[in-house]
Amino acid sequence: MREIITRYGRHNIGFMWVFVEPMMFTGGVLALWSLIHAHSARLPLVPFVVTGYSTVLLWRNTVNRCGNAVEPNRALLHHRNVRVIDLFIARLLLEVAGTTLSFMTLTTLLTLAGLMPPPDDLLKCIGAWLLLAWFAVALGLIIGSLSTAFDPVERVWHVLSYLFLPLSGAFYMVDWLPATVQPLALLLPTVNCTELLRDGFFGSDIHPHYSLLYVAVANTALLLIGLLSTRLASVTVEGE
Amino acid sequence: MIRLENVVKRYRTRAGMHTVLDRVSLEVRKGDKLGILGRNGAGKSTLIRIISGAELPNRGRVARQMAVSWPLAFSGAFQGSLTGLDNLRFICRVYGADFHAARPFVEEFSELGKYLREPVKTYSSGMRARLAFAVSMAIEFDCFLIDEVIAVGDARFHEKCRRELFEKRSDRAMIMVSHESHNIREHCTRACVLDKGSLREFATVDAAYSDYGRV
Repeated sequence: MREIITRYGRHNIGFMWVFVEPMMFTGGVLALWSLIHAHSARLPLVPFVVTGYSTVLLWRNTVNRCGNAVEPNRALLHHRNVRVIDLFIARLLLEVAGTTLSFMTLTTLLTLAGLMPPPDDLLKCIGAWLLLAWFAVALGLIIGSLSTAFDPVERVWHVLSYLFLPLSGAFYMVDWLPATVQPLALLLPTVNCTELLRDGFFGSDIHPHYSLLYVAVANTALLLIGLLSTRLASVTVEGE
Repeated sequence: MIRLENVVKRYRTRAGMHTVLDRVSLEVRKGDKLGILGRNGAGKSTLIRIISGAELPNRGRVARQMAVSWPLAFSGAFQGSLTGLDNLRFICRVYGADFHAARPFVEEFSELGKYLREPVKTYSSGMRARLAFAVSMAIEFDCFLIDEVIAVGDARFHEKCRRELFEKRSDRAMIMVSHESHNIREHCTRACVLDKGSLREFATVDAAYSDYGRV
């Protein structure tokens, strides 16, 4: 069932765009930052920006795509085997796969070009990426099903995600923050994941702060809420 | 067999919850031809969608022991950005049918020609109905759910639909909603009246119509 719908998603969008678009986005931001030297010299610029923006794209794109998952596909709900959650899963799989592919391509290219050192600990990078994808899936289900029930949710989410951007851990290291603020920052799962990802990239050059247990617990809780709200949404959603 | 037990369906409206179906029970056996009568907005289409499983009831149970089609109506069932053929491929997968076996029939029957390779959202409503009819005939269902769309297109296509559905598949069950009484009288052996959320069953179509006349 999942594969089926994912396959049709491929017809929807030009397949290449799925990973070319995030790559262009990260690449563009990278070029901009390099030009204006807006970066403190504490860490090499290229890997810092790449890890930051890729993580933002992973959760932000994935959740955004869920906000509008039901409406264009409402007609498909006529078939009893197609449920609201299938529409979400299809988009989630596609988006996570797309951003992952673009992240891998970009890091490989930049490493080969010598602009960026190879990751220090690949396992940590993969772990961080998976945890963040998990977070994105859970949040996507929540936002997706809520916006199906109440239209304003999607608009509010766009604003929130923008405001959340500077807080998300993409542009700073927890270590740079004053000690009093650090625990607050670590309440956000995205911050923990970005720290872990950078730990994997830079290794002993930095002092990362994160708690894997906390992320796992938070993700599980969010996923449960997400599945419950999806269940509610599939009862309320009306056919065409 | 299809069995509905105490099905309740409510919709949220500005004025609070509106109960469309209130503890509706129904049984449809293999080969049954059932018509559903009711005023506009009585909940006939909702009932059909609940039987098909496209919508879930708020309370009650729906049991299906045969292959039930999706509601054949003027809207729905197709993804607008996909082409007719892609939609056929998708629907075949969803219902476990063989796409390559179904394709020649749909191409021949729908008479859409090169439009089968165009996105469905560019179709006229007649073309869409032709595609829907062809696809639903290409997959072997035991029970067809028909929401007002009995025959579509011009007289010749009309006749083709009638032959496929009512002659070649006369052994199948059918649940039909129509405001055209001659359709129900011609094709159904019994009928129900849906009124104020409850369903009254009648052994003959005529009995149902005389009750419907009083509503």
